[in-house]
Amino acid sequence: MNTLKNSFRNILFYPAALVGMLVVFLLVFTAAYAMIKIPYNEAIRLWRGGEEVWYQNPKFAPPAWINYFSSKKYAESFAVRTTDGTMIKEVTLGAEGTSTISTSYTFNFSYDYYPQEMILYLTSKYQEKQPFISAEWLTPDGRTIRIVNLALNQKQTYRFSQDEKLRTKLRTDDVIPQLFSDPETGRLLKGQYQLLITGTTFEPDSDINAEFVFHGQVFGLAGTDHARRDLVVPLLWGAPVALAFGLIASLGTALLTMIISALGAWYGGWMDELIQRITEINLVLPFLSILIMIGTFYSRSIWVILGATIALSIFTGAIKGYRSIFVQLKESMYIEAAPAYGASNPRIVFTYLIPRMIPLLIPGLVLSVPSFVFLEAGLAVLGLGDPVLPTWGKMIDDANRNGALYRGYYYWILEPTTLLMITGLGFAMLGFALDRIFNPKLRDV
Amino acid sequence: MAVVTQTPAETPVLKKARHESTLLRVSRYVVVRLLTLFVTVVVGIYLTIMIANMGGFVDQIMKGEIRERVTQSIAANPSMKQMDPTVRQKLIQDTIASEEKRMGLDVPIAIRNFRYLSNALTLRLGRAINMTSDAGSKQVRLIILERLPATLLLMGISQLFLFFSSILLALNLSRSYGNFWDRAVVALSPTSAVPPWFYGIFLILIFAALLKVLPFGGMVDSPPPSNSFDYAMSFLKHLILPASALVLSSFFLSIYNYRTFFLIYSSEDYVEMAKAKGLPTRDVERRYILRPTLPNIITNFALLIITLWTGATITETVFLWPGLGRTLYQAVGLYDIPIIVGSTIIYAYMLALTVFILDFIYAVVDPRVKIGSR
Repeated sequence: MNTLKNSFRNILFYPAALVGMLVVFLLVFTAAYAMIKIPYNEAIRLWRGGEEVWYQNPKFAPPAWINYFSSKKYAESFAVRTTDGTMIKEVTLGAEGTSTISTSYTFNFSYDYYPQEMILYLTSKYQEKQPFISAEWLTPDGRTIRIVNLALNQKQTYRFSQDEKLRTKLRTDDVIPQLFSDPETGRLLKGQYQLLITGTTFEPDSDINAEFVFHGQVFGLAGTDHARRDLVVPLLWGAPVALAFGLIASLGTALLTMIISALGAWYGGWMDELIQRITEINLVLPFLSILIMIGTFYSRSIWVILGATIALSIFTGAIKGYRSIFVQLKESMYIEAAPAYGASNPRIVFTYLIPRMIPLLIPGLVLSVPSFVFLEAGLAVLGLGDPVLPTWGKMIDDANRNGALYRGYYYWILEPTTLLMITGLGFAMLGFALDRIFNPKLRDV
Repeated sequence: MAVVTQTPAETPVLKKARHESTLLRVSRYVVVRLLTLFVTVVVGIYLTIMIANMGGFVDQIMKGEIRERVTQSIAANPSMKQMDPTVRQKLIQDTIASEEKRMGLDVPIAIRNFRYLSNALTLRLGRAINMTSDAGSKQVRLIILERLPATLLLMGISQLFLFFSSILLALNLSRSYGNFWDRAVVALSPTSAVPPWFYGIFLILIFAALLKVLPFGGMVDSPPPSNSFDYAMSFLKHLILPASALVLSSFFLSIYNYRTFFLIYSSEDYVEMAKAKGLPTRDVERRYILRPTLPNIITNFALLIITLWTGATITETVFLWPGLGRTLYQAVGLYDIPIIVGSTIIYAYMLALTVFILDFIYAVVDPRVKIGSR
């Protein structure tokens, strides 16, 4: 045990190992943060959520911080509503139960690109007579554009760019750019814009509420995808999923391989023979094809795939390597002495044989983590990712399916791939260093 | 030594006996080895069929095939054209039922699996369900043969380049152990933890999307150029990215492994001795370092040949390369079991054959190895 401790102390002399450890710690930290910040069920609700969850976000928006690196600024998204006071609602009571409700929102538009879309979500409460609203657009150069007059239903959505009448009025097909441009020059106009909504209700307890959603060109820390989802969710949740898959798979494979080969080497006979034959058969089985088949025919759940991965990875070349070492170890004095003083077979296997192999096990275990992490991502890229869980691989798959590379949504591909790359390299660097520490034969050369 | 002390009269008899025993030993070994390998392949393929069949998919293939064949043959028969539609329908149903009985689809699945197994083992690959080859055939054999060249070209070029370049570079590095390039390779070896398809995404991003100098994917331009020179050029242009992704992902680790390997062998006493004798470096490397490492290098080469046959499923998918790996993936997506089982059989046979041949190559390369000796 002391030598093991000393070996770990040696890590400090390997810069690559330190970098690797740092990466692993950061990953564990991110994973813990993700699971606390967004609980499992919430993460799934958000990831599976459609328009009703994500309507406030623009589509295909890069992260907002690209503005720091770009001389031309992209419009940031926002959403304001009367219900939570981000839009101030003024109610003036009129005669015979009527009232005038007005609300406005003023914002500074100082970007160099037009926003994607502007939407009004209107809700109203009435018995028989529908309330009525009119919306106006006030530009920095003092023009007032009448946007729309509407008789409200209980729930109504008004999309600026889809309004045929507004198109005709502005004499354009693209409403949004026209609203943000100087009509003389056709150039983008920066400054204070105001949206003014005036409503009239005709019943005593009738009410109107409005939500103004402004879809810019950029969004949040990580941007959004084709379904308007905030990519922070899969980026954060990818960490625990990747870690869990990689660690459980490598740990499970390594431990089971070790135990099985130790049992085979110790008991010998038909058991050893059986293990050898199973290993040879397993080498013939096409690993990836079987995983693809399981994913397609049976279940795409990450736990099923994990189980299949471990089952298929136990009986590989590693079991032969371990076996040859165990067979050597079996001949050593202390093992030969053990049965003489009455140590039971399981005791010899589990407390005498296996612990001696831990130095060999650890580097291999760490080194195999990236391959499992990338396997999970690879299956997701083939469209066989877990259907509910948000993962990095799913993100790459979504991006590929939506032609992110062709259409220039590089952030969408780069974010998950960078994280995967860092994870893979971190474990690999740590593993290589551990390999040199625990197997000093390699250290000399 | 014993032979030398024999009297001349006895020598020929003894020689003959020894010769026979070698033949016997080798042939016994060949038989036993072939049998165990065959059993391994059989069990492996049986397991694959079980996995593919558990959902009853193979049954559906067979039933679908029967239905199609019967319906077509009855529809094509002119003497049955005049028949009343309901009678004809009845005839079709009856024929299908008897055909299914004939094919044994009414017997339990465990027994039926053996039937699929024997078809697979005798390479009767059958017909695909949904996929067709570009030439329009539904024969699994033709589909696989059509996709094979694409895979062999991509994997062959990249893997052979990787193999030879990494051995050459590793030899150079092992000569100059500890210099800048050597340490660079050691430092870069963790990059091989990243699979080729992953480098592929980055390469597409840089060279296709940003720089727009190379195509995103595919094997030739669309439409394919008519003259063969343009065709070859277009093919090469499409080959660069997937091939470099495949090479890049194993490059540094491969060099690192060979280098460590060569270093271990070049610290042997007989190598020091050869150097002390004043043999030229080239000769020392060829005779004293490469020669004893040959069995390992050959093993690696053989394993490389096997990977050529399977292709790289995810890399081919990322690059839309029309090879075997991608075909396999498409086949799974279309529930096309005959193709999955077909490619598994080829892989299993290739692997078994390679393992078998390797034993003999070892014996040829390494005089210490004797075939069949214990």
